[in-house]
Amino acid sequence: MRRYFGRKMIIYGITFFLAVTIDWAIPRFMPGNPIHTMLARIGQHAEGVEAMYTYYTKAFGLDLPIWKQYLNFWNALFHGDLGTSVFRFPQPVSAIIIKAVPFSVCLLIPAILLSFWAGNKFGAFAARTKVLDNTVLPLGYILTATPYMWLGILLVWSLGIVADIFPVAGAYGFNLAPSLSWMFIASLIKHWFLPFVSLFLVGFGGWAIGMRNMIIYELESDYSHYLETLGATRSLVRKYAYRNALLPQITGLALQLGVIVAGQVVTEAVFSYPGIGWLILAAIQNQDYFLLQGCFLIIIIMVLIANFIIDIVYVVVDPRTRLGMMGG
Amino acid sequence: MIEKINIEKQEEIDKVVAAKPKKINEFLYFALRNNKLKIGLAIVLFFLLLTIIGPFLTDYELNTFSVGPLSAPPSSEYWFGTTTFGQDVYTQFVYGLRATFIVGVIGGSLATFLGLIIGFTAGYRGGIIDELLNMLTNIILVIPAFAILLIIAAYLKVRGIVTESILIGFINWTWTARAVRAQTFSLRSREFVDMARISGMKPFKIIFTEIAPNMMSYLLMAFILQFGGAVLFAATLDFIGLGPTQGISLGLMMNYAVLWGALQLGSWWWFIPPGFAIMAIVGSLYIMNVGLDEVFNPKLREF
Amino acid sequence: MSLKINNLKVYYQTLRGDVKALDGATFSISDGEIMGLAGESGCGKTTLANSIIFLNPPMKYIEGSVKLDGEELPIWDMKKMDKFRFKKISIIPQYAMNALNPTRKIGKMISELLDSKKVNYRKTKPELERRLDLVELTRNVLNMYPIELSGGMKQRMVLVLSTLLDPSLLIADEITSALDVSTQKAVAEMLVEFRDRKFVKCMIVITHDISILYQIADNILVMYAGKLAEKASTKTIIHSPRHPYTKLLISSLPKVGVKSSEKKLTGIPGNTPMLLNPPLGCRFRDRCPLAFSKCTEEPPFIEIEKDHFVACWKEHKKNA
Repeated sequence: MRRYFGRKMIIYGITFFLAVTIDWAIPRFMPGNPIHTMLARIGQHAEGVEAMYTYYTKAFGLDLPIWKQYLNFWNALFHGDLGTSVFRFPQPVSAIIIKAVPFSVCLLIPAILLSFWAGNKFGAFAARTKVLDNTVLPLGYILTATPYMWLGILLVWSLGIVADIFPVAGAYGFNLAPSLSWMFIASLIKHWFLPFVSLFLVGFGGWAIGMRNMIIYELESDYSHYLETLGATRSLVRKYAYRNALLPQITGLALQLGVIVAGQVVTEAVFSYPGIGWLILAAIQNQDYFLLQGCFLIIIIMVLIANFIIDIVYVVVDPRTRLGMMGG
Repeated sequence: MIEKINIEKQEEIDKVVAAKPKKINEFLYFALRNNKLKIGLAIVLFFLLLTIIGPFLTDYELNTFSVGPLSAPPSSEYWFGTTTFGQDVYTQFVYGLRATFIVGVIGGSLATFLGLIIGFTAGYRGGIIDELLNMLTNIILVIPAFAILLIIAAYLKVRGIVTESILIGFINWTWTARAVRAQTFSLRSREFVDMARISGMKPFKIIFTEIAPNMMSYLLMAFILQFGGAVLFAATLDFIGLGPTQGISLGLMMNYAVLWGALQLGSWWWFIPPGFAIMAIVGSLYIMNVGLDEVFNPKLREF
Repeated sequence: MSLKINNLKVYYQTLRGDVKALDGATFSISDGEIMGLAGESGCGKTTLANSIIFLNPPMKYIEGSVKLDGEELPIWDMKKMDKFRFKKISIIPQYAMNALNPTRKIGKMISELLDSKKVNYRKTKPELERRLDLVELTRNVLNMYPIELSGGMKQRMVLVLSTLLDPSLLIADEITSALDVSTQKAVAEMLVEFRDRKFVKCMIVITHDISILYQIADNILVMYAGKLAEKASTKTIIHSPRHPYTKLLISSLPKVGVKSSEKKLTGIPGNTPMLLNPPLGCRFRDRCPLAFSKCTEEPPFIEIEKDHFVACWKEHKKNA
């Protein structure tokens, strides 16, 4: 057990280190200077620009030697200081990100969990009869082949603009201020619904397909045959096959995180939903590299944590891994 | 007695060898009968055809503005309508399809190739090489490919389709590597490989004559999946503005559409076709893959 | 008579036509009898065994009847057979070592299996534990996962589980193939013990290893290319076989104490016929040193002496 998790921690550690280094390095070596860009937007005259430039360079620490910048970065990281945003100056990056994280998480977690549960159940169900299988299979593949942003666009257009049932932008009504009133919460949910459905549907298709394939494989295994030969009920055989098929699906979840993150970013873009994804977009468009840096870091950290959780879940759920590590 | 065994073994070997060309015929036989394969392939070929001859059916250059009325719905003159700037959507569409196929082919092949090399080396050599490659794969897997590509793409100010494809290829191979490694492991310990090794065949020859044919089908399927993955990935990148800085792609079409108010103006002809095309192409590829799996794997065939 | 099989024909559906894997089997097994089923790969013994308990595609029922304890088994109806499975007929499969669900504790799996067959687990548990003791498995095995057991332990577990409901007929399919010699002996002896204690009424032991049958079988049925060749008591088969195939089979076995310099090991030259379009007449004709003109006509499987059946014209002539 220790060796297994030890190995995983090493990989996560190296990954984190690499990621942070890349993250730190990229803005530093970008063509163009973020300060210049920022100042160009503010549009001042010559001497003012000179003075501001020196000031900001110092403020962003860009005048120190490279290695010092690097170490300062790590140092700041451990203090939770992700620098200052350029396009939302003088707000610190961490503050901006913290405001956005809840929105993303509220979309991500339900979408992932629900699509995983529903998709797997449905995929198992579909594998029952040939007829069901032949209709569900193409549907699932088509769903999983649907680009996230296109589905989002369709939903926004059809249900938001044409049918005018749902709002098309923001996390809550623009005329509302955050409060604990029912009106606010209702508005939150209304705005949350379409992006959630968008993320849910694409994921659903993928899990359904995966489970359908895995369950067919499990139904052909020796233990399934043995139970059938002994005349066990179909439902018992299916139950065992389903539980065993879930295991590789859980591993698959860890592998899918990258795709899910991409989908999240794009969906938030379509719905102008103020989560991390939307922030990333804004950062790119405004060339705010420090904000971009912070967002990337947050994503990496969240993905690593998610991977870790999935690793733990897997060990708990699969007795073979658990026992294989402990003794024999 | 020993001579007899040799003769019998020889006969068996002859039988196996004689069976080999028949195997390809056997695959073709099933391939032609598999509906999923046929339908999927038909759809993909249709779009490919559109890509090739489509541009010849349009009179307009790619990005000419104001060839017609702004935001006009589809008509006999403008098959897919016009954009907010008066460009012909159909023209954009067929050129965009071209970009999509390029990304799929280049990005998909690169990813498959890298995945094959890395996965196979890890699986075949095992030991410390396997451990190292495994670690590499895991690291790249865990760092969301998207995040990396995002940063790199923001770095490169001028980007073309080919650059994008290469970037995608370099990031997306991890899945194939994992799968190839597992497959290599299982093939490596099969009897016919052992037989080849015992009979003194050089490792290279073993790889090419014994292991490779069994992996061929697998590789084909992996390539199809990588193709689809590359297309989807590119669409995502394009949509948020990290795609090629010149030219057009299906993802870019959707980006522009949203950016320039197609949603509010109701110009559905601008954003529906590109997404639909991606869904149709990638979906058909996936279904083709299922069909191929049935062709190659006798156990899945229906009687 | 416990098991009576009459002219059972089961073919395999393939794209090129029906493979006549089992082409007319007629024999019976009495209570308390252990019958060995021997023959080379592809002779139809596995088809015979599987068709009795689980006749699924690509196997196709053609004709014939199977009667167990006087009751006709609807082997062509997969659903109706369910109530016979496990309770009246049971099997220890060839893949016994992988037959247990790896993610379920063994005890839990057994209880769920029994529940699904409407058998009360709590009432059955004491007997289950007694049998575990019998095969020298710790009772704690019920709390373990299959991965924690060795191959031999898993096999014994499957032996106990398959016979738990005291089936009338037990089919043991190549259960010693994957074991070492000493474990083979132990497992074979357990089979006999189960029969002696009347846990199982009669048994079909399928193997290509005749030496095992010599140890435990009362009678041996030899099959060749989908047809029955000879059936007699073990002693008769080993020491005085009558069918040419059986004779060659027995004589090709190495004998203890005989060195190859004194007597060379011989096989049987030639190959088994393809069963897609089997040859007319006796299927052993092409390899038989005694074949003559009448062999182009199929020899019936008839009793030449008490409880000794042979399908060979030469032997029928002798008795005629």
